Amino acid sequence: MARYLVRRLLYTLITLVGISIISWVIITQAPGSPIAITLDPKVSPKIVEQMEKNYDLDKPIYQQYFLWLKRLFTGNLYSFKDGRPVLDKIGERIWNTLLLNFVSILIIFSLAIPLGIFSARKQYTFFDNLGTFGAYLGISIPSFWLAYLLILGTVKLFGYPVLGMRSFVTEEFSSLEIVMDRLWHLMLPSIILAIGGIAALSRYTRSSMLEVIRQDYVRTAKAKGLPEETVYYKHALRNALLPIVTLFGFLIPGLIGGSIIMETVFSWPGIGRLAYQAVLARDYPVVMTINTISAVLVLIGNFTADMLYAIVDPRIRYQ
Amino acid sequence: MIKKPLLEIRSLTTHFLTEDGVVRAVEDVSFDIFPGEIVSLVGESGCGKSVTGLSILKLIPSPPGQIVNGEVFFEGRNLLALEEREMERVRGNEISMIFQEPMTSLNPVFTIGNQIMEAIELHQKIDKKEARQRAIEMLDRVRIPSPEVRIDSYPHQLSGGMRQRAMIAMALSCQPRLLIADEPTTALDVTIQAQVLRLLKEIQREMGMAVILITHDLGVVAEIADRVAVMYAGRIVESGPIESIFGQMRHPYTRGLLESIPQLEEKKKRLNAIPGQVPNPTDLPAGCKFHPRCSLRIDECQKGEPPLFQVQGNHYSRCLRWKECC
Amino acid sequence: MILLIFLVAGSASFIAPHDPGKTNVSFKLKSPSFQHLLGTDQLGRDVFSRMLHGSRISLSVGFVAVAISIFIGILVGAMAGYYGRWVDSILMRFVDIMLCFPTFFLILTVVALLGPSIFNIMLVIGITSWMGTSRFVRAEFLSLRERDFVQAAKALGMGDRRIIFRHILPNGLAPVFVTATLDVATAILVEAGLSFLGFGVQPPAPSWGNILTEGRTYIFDAWWLTLFPGFAILITVLSFNLLGEGLRDALDPRLRGRR
Repeated sequence: MARYLVRRLLYTLITLVGISIISWVIITQAPGSPIAITLDPKVSPKIVEQMEKNYDLDKPIYQQYFLWLKRLFTGNLYSFKDGRPVLDKIGERIWNTLLLNFVSILIIFSLAIPLGIFSARKQYTFFDNLGTFGAYLGISIPSFWLAYLLILGTVKLFGYPVLGMRSFVTEEFSSLEIVMDRLWHLMLPSIILAIGGIAALSRYTRSSMLEVIRQDYVRTAKAKGLPEETVYYKHALRNALLPIVTLFGFLIPGLIGGSIIMETVFSWPGIGRLAYQAVLARDYPVVMTINTISAVLVLIGNFTADMLYAIVDPRIRYQ
Repeated sequence: MIKKPLLEIRSLTTHFLTEDGVVRAVEDVSFDIFPGEIVSLVGESGCGKSVTGLSILKLIPSPPGQIVNGEVFFEGRNLLALEEREMERVRGNEISMIFQEPMTSLNPVFTIGNQIMEAIELHQKIDKKEARQRAIEMLDRVRIPSPEVRIDSYPHQLSGGMRQRAMIAMALSCQPRLLIADEPTTALDVTIQAQVLRLLKEIQREMGMAVILITHDLGVVAEIADRVAVMYAGRIVESGPIESIFGQMRHPYTRGLLESIPQLEEKKKRLNAIPGQVPNPTDLPAGCKFHPRCSLRIDECQKGEPPLFQVQGNHYSRCLRWKECC
Repeated sequence: MILLIFLVAGSASFIAPHDPGKTNVSFKLKSPSFQHLLGTDQLGRDVFSRMLHGSRISLSVGFVAVAISIFIGILVGAMAGYYGRWVDSILMRFVDIMLCFPTFFLILTVVALLGPSIFNIMLVIGITSWMGTSRFVRAEFLSLRERDFVQAAKALGMGDRRIIFRHILPNGLAPVFVTATLDVATAILVEAGLSFLGFGVQPPAPSWGNILTEGRTYIFDAWWLTLFPGFAILITVLSFNLLGEGLRDALDPRLRGRR
């Protein structure tokens, strides 16, 4: 277990370094930036100055990288747009995004796993086929389109606004109403954000389950005389869920990408929308920092998944 | 004194409905097992011996498998007519089964103690502490060293032989009347094989249970079985007491099986493998299923399935030329 | 279904009843009628004709992007799988790193940096989506390189490149087709997402994504502008996903014969 932990940690660190290098390469070395911007007459001299400060363009390349890293982590990277420290700008919004993503992950896991298990048990029945079709719909539907249809639908049905994190008139609300209002605003974006994940994860659970129930130890459990439910929900499920734990890490990149679109559609004040606004304003320090932070979040997710896997799988735990 | 059989299998027929057609895995198989005896089902892989074992406990994966005909009487009750709930009370309690692959037959995420106790708690109304005690006793009985420590091991921490012992402990924990052992030693090292076989035989004698030993290895059969049923292409082709079969076999397939065993003491230059292949189970030959590979075949062999001829006592052969054979 | 989509895309200029770029302000935001099957947009352009032409752009983005990603994926996967050892470790680490980046965000960033031309979009989607393919190809290579025919080719003194492309690759291509099909679906979705954020194929060139995006401003007045392009994307992406899944079932011998 300790060896496994150390190895995973080492991998994670190497990946972290790789992430930072790639982020830096994209931002400073990609064609069109930042040199092209300096040539753009619309860009004010102030920005050029800021940029040179941010990237130390006069220094040798390897120094540029380390200086950028240092600035990134000491909060000395400043936005082109308003000159505020990038980390501050991100700091005040990241919790909103994390909330949205957390709720989505909760929805994904609490819906997808039971759905997948049920589909596997009722393999090739009407329900299973419906589930398969629904899953394909789920991964095929453009999320923003669905979002608009749903916004149109809910607003027409309930006549209640769904955009933003809260309604405008919250002062008059009781605390219960505020909570309800928040939940209401959280509902649509997190559900839509979760749809792709539900589709993918429920299919994965299903095939994992179908794989596991063909295993010899499931037959052994039946031969012991255990009722089918126990065989299914104790012996098969525990094993089927093992690989699903690792999927946790893979869900995050998709969620973050989805956050950009969902936050934009729903005017949700998170880092996804901030990123989009930064991209529009060509505010590269902000864009790249968010990019790097998201990659790190993904990495943390993967690492957590590895750890969880080690905890739930005795074959790794005792090694 | 006429003993009553513990298990009577009558015309058992199990088919698998696959895309390539119907696989007639077990066709019209009948035999009896008396209390306390070891009966061996022998044949090449794919002959239907494992499916027969699984059919007795109704563990055939369905779909695609289906028991299409027959009866299996266990102490007078027809198992095939039992409700699933009643069947659960039989499995692991009155009839247990152990499998070929000790590596994959134990659940990797539970300790072996957990898996043994599960069976005990299920079938016997005793509490966790007693169940644990029983599990330790069982592990001790199958000669697992320091059982009170080993009970908390996960399967991957044990060697293949130890796992198979744990499987046996689990299967026998409720003192079943009948044990179905499906190739219990095939996946093990040769030295371990002998140990496990000896252990099985010992415990069988102590507990007085009957055993159906499924194997492709006539050497194993000779060592511990009382009676043998040789299967080919889903049918029993020859059956009888072990002395009778090994003394004067009456089916060319049985002879082929025996001659394909390497023997140390004989100075034969080469092994006599049975010529030809096991027939495609969806497309079996007409008549005697063995005739395409048989050196004794005559035209009649293709005309219709030969019946079981009584050689003597309870020794039967499904060969038209059993008198001339061997 | 896919054939139908191709057919429509290929013959767009012939079957489109109107010029997709022709504006007619007096006919703006008309609901679907016989003259304009799917109505008109805010500039009076025929939505049906624009969608037919848009299908070409959306599909070509999908295909070119996937071609690029398959090319990189095969190259990286083949090298990692064939040479093994440190080449494999380095390349696979690189794949892991790339997988950590939220692809969509990365694409958005780079497209914003490079400028949103149709070519850039294809390129960027291509270079950010090859990781899956390379993993598949690597796995195939790892198992294939130990096979007898590869060993025989080595013994005959064939060059690495010849062995990789003539002997191993053709044997390992099947799963690549499956991922490619699924990736086309993803690429079309990504382009639509980019268009939605204003970084897709730029107007006035029609793509399903930007027709939809322009339409959302008028969602309460002209539902057809939002509904039809979204539906077209959905159906197309769905078809590719189903095709990919079908191919997988057909190619996977373990799944074959169980249904």
